[in-house]
Amino acid sequence: MTSDFTLAELCIAACAEVWRDDGEVLATGITVVPRLAAGLAKATFNPALMMTDAEVYLVEDPVPMGPRGDYAILPEGWMSYARTFDNIYGGKRHALVAPVQIDRFGQTNISTIGERGKPKAALLGVRGYPGNSINHANSYFLPSHDTRALVAGEVDFVCSLGYNPARWPDGRQPRFLDLRRIVTNLAVLDFEGAGNAIRVRSLHPGVGFDEVQAQTGFPLERPAEVPTTPAPTPEQLTLVRETLDPHGLRSSVFKGDPPGVRS
Amino acid sequence: MLDKRLDLDAFVARLTDGMTLGIGGWATRRKPMALVRAIARSNLKDLTLVAPYGGPDVGLLAASGKIRKLVFAFVSLDHYPLDPHFRAGRQAGAFEVRELDEGLAQWSLRAGAMRLPFLPTRVGLGTDVPLEAGMKTIRSPYDDGELLLAAPAIRVDAALIHVHRADQLGNTLILSPDPFFDDLLARAADEVFVSTEQVVSTAALGLPANARFNPFERSVVSGVIEAPFGAHPTGASPDYGIDLEHLKTYVASAEPQAWADYRARFVDVGPAAYLEAVGGAVRVGALPAPVY
Repeated sequence: MTSDFTLAELCIAACAEVWRDDGEVLATGITVVPRLAAGLAKATFNPALMMTDAEVYLVEDPVPMGPRGDYAILPEGWMSYARTFDNIYGGKRHALVAPVQIDRFGQTNISTIGERGKPKAALLGVRGYPGNSINHANSYFLPSHDTRALVAGEVDFVCSLGYNPARWPDGRQPRFLDLRRIVTNLAVLDFEGAGNAIRVRSLHPGVGFDEVQAQTGFPLERPAEVPTTPAPTPEQLTLVRETLDPHGLRSSVFKGDPPGVRS
Repeated sequence: MLDKRLDLDAFVARLTDGMTLGIGGWATRRKPMALVRAIARSNLKDLTLVAPYGGPDVGLLAASGKIRKLVFAFVSLDHYPLDPHFRAGRQAGAFEVRELDEGLAQWSLRAGAMRLPFLPTRVGLGTDVPLEAGMKTIRSPYDDGELLLAAPAIRVDAALIHVHRADQLGNTLILSPDPFFDDLLARAADEVFVSTEQVVSTAALGLPANARFNPFERSVVSGVIEAPFGAHPTGASPDYGIDLEHLKTYVASAEPQAWADYRARFVDVGPAAYLEAVGGAVRVGALPAPVY
């Protein structure tokens, strides 16, 4: 079976879905697939979304990726660093970011891998993950679904909180903790299992549940029927290819830019 | 008449070993790099660096062995996500770290700026950040009774901030589209040293039209150091953009010999030779805004 869309395009469409019912919030997509997904969501089913030029202005039209030529952004407001946090504290944001590790509670890590004092890998640092995770909705994108990314036990350094009562203040779920989805190269996961357990929401075309489970460091909930991740529509593909990503940055997200339907 | 102007040597002479220094800017934007290079050339040692939004300032001082302790939320070169010198130092355990969330750092600076011991927040709860840093919680005394994190105040001995214009009194303008949290850092500091693209007359600051670009009053500022292109290789929009080509050279300088070469060409030289080495005023002045 062949497909007329790539895995990256499938993931962009699946990531866009996280913002479908959000209404008027700031959509923040960090790294190529999440950012294109935010633009796609705004350009199609949720035009009320706000987004930035990835620098300092809110823009009415999603800014295309890569060199822009004569394209001029259409700013509609200011989103300075200070205002970014003011908005976070008000909760009107849904971020889709790409951590390095996620555990069964939905806790994530982008700080260090290995022993904390002398880490095997020093990454960016916790950035704004702690504050994001306790103030507004969050979803995650993992381009490489395996047991190094979806880990057994807890992540090496808990940068964003999740559904782990042992870490909650007074053991009570924080009011604004709201984890939505994890989109990977194999499947879409959500937190709608028992007690917010991570569940397989859909499997990408040609991927089986057992493979996804084998590549995950913790047990996944399996609904009776697991749907297939919907293919991007022709309208979505045109928008992504011609408007949002005219230089094809999405083609380097996955090695070899594989098709969206696995043969 | 007050005159707070200093040259780079006089600036370095105002600092001492073991000081806590705060650095303004954000990743690859408006970092006080001329001041940072002057510190890298100096004999100063055992510095605690408060660089919550770190970029090549952190990497350069790490590679120069100046850091005893680093307080930060991230270190990034933006287009090049990881700074190799920061990475190498941290992985070797070369300096102590206190890692903060970006918003938690803002709150801690604000507490310091307000001369408060802490400010309450939810940010950090449930994560490893407050546990590692030994932060304490505080319960709301009101009916909600919510358990909150007491974000401890950050104070620094001296803050280094790059601005676009300053007069000799210490009145400043930050003309960038985003001033970041330099105002909070300045108020959380015992002394503030601003490097400036240009020292101008008070009249030439263009008040009141530019009033919104005036980040803090002059009583906050201790020293004004004229440093044209002093943020390079980071950007000082709208005057000039980020030098991605230079950052590429910097990122490639991780190995000992490459670092020695980089240091000889770009650190162990005065401002005039530096500007020449990076292509001159015309080139740097024409660096375009980055594309994200």
